Amino acid sequence: MAALALAPSAFAGTFTPESGGSPNANHIAGLYDLTLYVALVIFVAVEGALAYALIRFRARKGRVAKQMHGNTRLEIGWTIGAALIVTVLAAATFISLHSIRDPVNSGPGGLDISDGVQYETTGAIKPPNGRALTIQVNGIQYIWRYTYLGNTSNPDGLGDPYSYYQMVVPTNTTVILKVVSQDVVHSWWIPQLGGKVQAVPGYTNYTWFKIAKPGNYKGQCSFLCGRGHARMIAEVTAVSPARYVQWINQQKAYLAAADAQASTFRAELSGKPGAAAVELTNK
Amino acid sequence: MATAALNPVPQVVAHRVERAPSGLVGWITTTDHKRIGILYLVTSFVFFLLGGVEALLMRLQLGEANNTLITPEVYNQLFTMHGTIMLFVFLGPFAFAGLGNYLVPLMIGAPDMAFPRFNSLSYWLYLGGFLLMSAGFLTNNGAANFGWFGYAPLTEAIHSPGPGADLWIIGVGLTGLSGIFTAVNIITTIFTLRAPGMVMFRMPIFVWNQMVTMFLLLLAFPVLTSAFALLWIDRHLGGHFFDQNDGGQPILWQNLFWFFGHPEVYILALPYFGIVTEVLATMSKKPVFGYKGMIGATLSIGALSMGVWAHHMYTTGAVLLPFFAAMSLLIAVPTGIKFFNWIGTMWRGTITLNTAVLFCLGFLVMFLFGGITGVILAQPVLDFQLHNTYFIVAHFHYVMFGGSAFAAFAGIYYWYPKMTGRLLSEKLGKLSFTVMFIGFNLCFFPQHDLGLRGMPRRIETYSAHMGWNFLNMLSSIGAYIAGVGVLITVCNLFVSYRKGEIAGDNPWDGQTLEWACSSPPPDHNFEALPPIRSERPLWDANHPDQLTKVGH
Repeated sequence: MAALALAPSAFAGTFTPESGGSPNANHIAGLYDLTLYVALVIFVAVEGALAYALIRFRARKGRVAKQMHGNTRLEIGWTIGAALIVTVLAAATFISLHSIRDPVNSGPGGLDISDGVQYETTGAIKPPNGRALTIQVNGIQYIWRYTYLGNTSNPDGLGDPYSYYQMVVPTNTTVILKVVSQDVVHSWWIPQLGGKVQAVPGYTNYTWFKIAKPGNYKGQCSFLCGRGHARMIAEVTAVSPARYVQWINQQKAYLAAADAQASTFRAELSGKPGAAAVELTNK
Repeated sequence: MATAALNPVPQVVAHRVERAPSGLVGWITTTDHKRIGILYLVTSFVFFLLGGVEALLMRLQLGEANNTLITPEVYNQLFTMHGTIMLFVFLGPFAFAGLGNYLVPLMIGAPDMAFPRFNSLSYWLYLGGFLLMSAGFLTNNGAANFGWFGYAPLTEAIHSPGPGADLWIIGVGLTGLSGIFTAVNIITTIFTLRAPGMVMFRMPIFVWNQMVTMFLLLLAFPVLTSAFALLWIDRHLGGHFFDQNDGGQPILWQNLFWFFGHPEVYILALPYFGIVTEVLATMSKKPVFGYKGMIGATLSIGALSMGVWAHHMYTTGAVLLPFFAAMSLLIAVPTGIKFFNWIGTMWRGTITLNTAVLFCLGFLVMFLFGGITGVILAQPVLDFQLHNTYFIVAHFHYVMFGGSAFAAFAGIYYWYPKMTGRLLSEKLGKLSFTVMFIGFNLCFFPQHDLGLRGMPRRIETYSAHMGWNFLNMLSSIGAYIAGVGVLITVCNLFVSYRKGEIAGDNPWDGQTLEWACSSPPPDHNFEALPPIRSERPLWDANHPDQLTKVGH
């Protein structure tokens, strides 16, 4: 599988899925290439036989068609042959299923997640050591909202730092995404970071990635969600763990400042008529 | 030649027969399977052209980045109605109702369908269904705009208000009802009206495929109708089957829809497999290679197609991946058998390379390519990348357009002489094929790579920085070239109707019974039938020196 994972780089991305961002994307590209090579051999063989038959058995003067009805041995033979090829492909896909769905551990240069309080580790999928950064991805017509879970003790992410459109993550760190939707079906997809997952309302879906190189990875909603579907774009920005910690602390500071400002305003308003209604809506 | 013996001149006119009304009234009131068949063929072909115009408008919009020619609202209506028209009122009805109506009674030596008036009702429901779903374009919010598989909750009243969606639900529901009626009719016809000697294992492969298709339709369409009923209750009667806020399940819609939707894909393919089988056998002057193997493959495809629906839902995380992957991959085996049998049918034959055969060859090349990308997509982890991208769009157009629609054109060139008494122009036909083949591949081959580069389907515009410009431009040019190719055949249909060469009863030295009556066939089809001792009775009658072996 290691050799297969390297194959896409040799083809420089033509006619092969995007990869290079995360190990699961690389595994997908490897399996794709394997299938494509098997498929191309079959395609060329079948079309070759077809072309041969066309040229060799064209109607010409004096030629009479042989009235044959079949060949049981031959037919059983190619049925078994086809079944064998399909079995090989099925085996390859079943073997690779785990390496693509199950997250790996964070790398040595990753964010230190030894502190279990800050980062949630529950969920349908987790790396072998159970330590990963968890971000909730919420599909909304027509924007993506990211909640960086585990920064408060609140389990549903209330009060956690959040961002829209651009997700900031640390490199060499396993990031698990909890993908949800609050209105219609969306689909989260950053091609270089692995496969897509549907965001279905009322249902939590999971995926993961681990980015080695800092940089921007672009994608967009890949399930029709209405008139703004084409503009529901997304970007994952990978930065060093140190920069990430700096960024998330900054976000927390902004949130705290905004909360403080809000309570100041509330206090000011509570002295005036109509303030009770404002209080209620803010709670 | 035994031809003379097949058409004895009646000696005595015993009594007066009431004549069918002529002209337009005749067409509207007809219950004759051939006329209803032609009504279906012409109507569905017109719908094909309409759906094609919608496709060309979309390609115009996508030809360059950041195009603002078509608004998102209109674009969403265009692809929804394009998909709905092509799948529900063109590809399906063209084959199972159009050719099925016309050919099944002829091929099994029957005078008409089992329920002629019921047959007429099917057609009018079908036409009414189309008119209703398209009437959405005349309403304020426009036609349905949530894609042909209408995923809830986008289809709920709160997200898609207005009559366009309602008209779509009723319209598609009516065409489904019409399909169910046709299925009942054709199955009954096949079971009860076969001529003496026409046992099941002597029926042409086209009739076998038609029968399996009709059973699939009976299993699949009622599920769609039920799903529509639930959706209607959600939209109008305060239900919440698909509304997560009240304990409903959006995933339920996906399961119901694809439980219908995947057999539907084979409803759109199996009859076309039948066309290709008949054309290749006739034009190679040989019996079908592995007749029973072919039937077995059709039955297996039919059975397997009922158990693979969730491969459309791999990315939901809510389905058992290994089961549906194994079932989906398994379908490649019977489909492969069919391919080998088609090549076996040509092997050691004498192949006439006319337009009908060319379209079959186009089918064999492009359907195989679509099948191979299908094997890629059947693998869940690969589907994670490719699902809902232009790779999928390319895949199913290779299967449905390059495959089924090309086979439909083969059927047109093959049976047009039987229906009209005149041959289509071979010159125009070959030109049409060449232009369509080039245009089709130029349009859809680049879309594979677009999908691999991350372009999702159903977006009406894209940024110039994504690197998708050139391939989209190629694709749009190809679409218009393919459109010209289709128009050449349309011209051919009109020109040859008046000026085509007179075909005679059996222009291709056909093997099956539809070629045993005159072109076009008389009111009740047959005055006399040749003895039916094999799956190609007419060949046995015309080539007594090369009789088909019986009991192989």
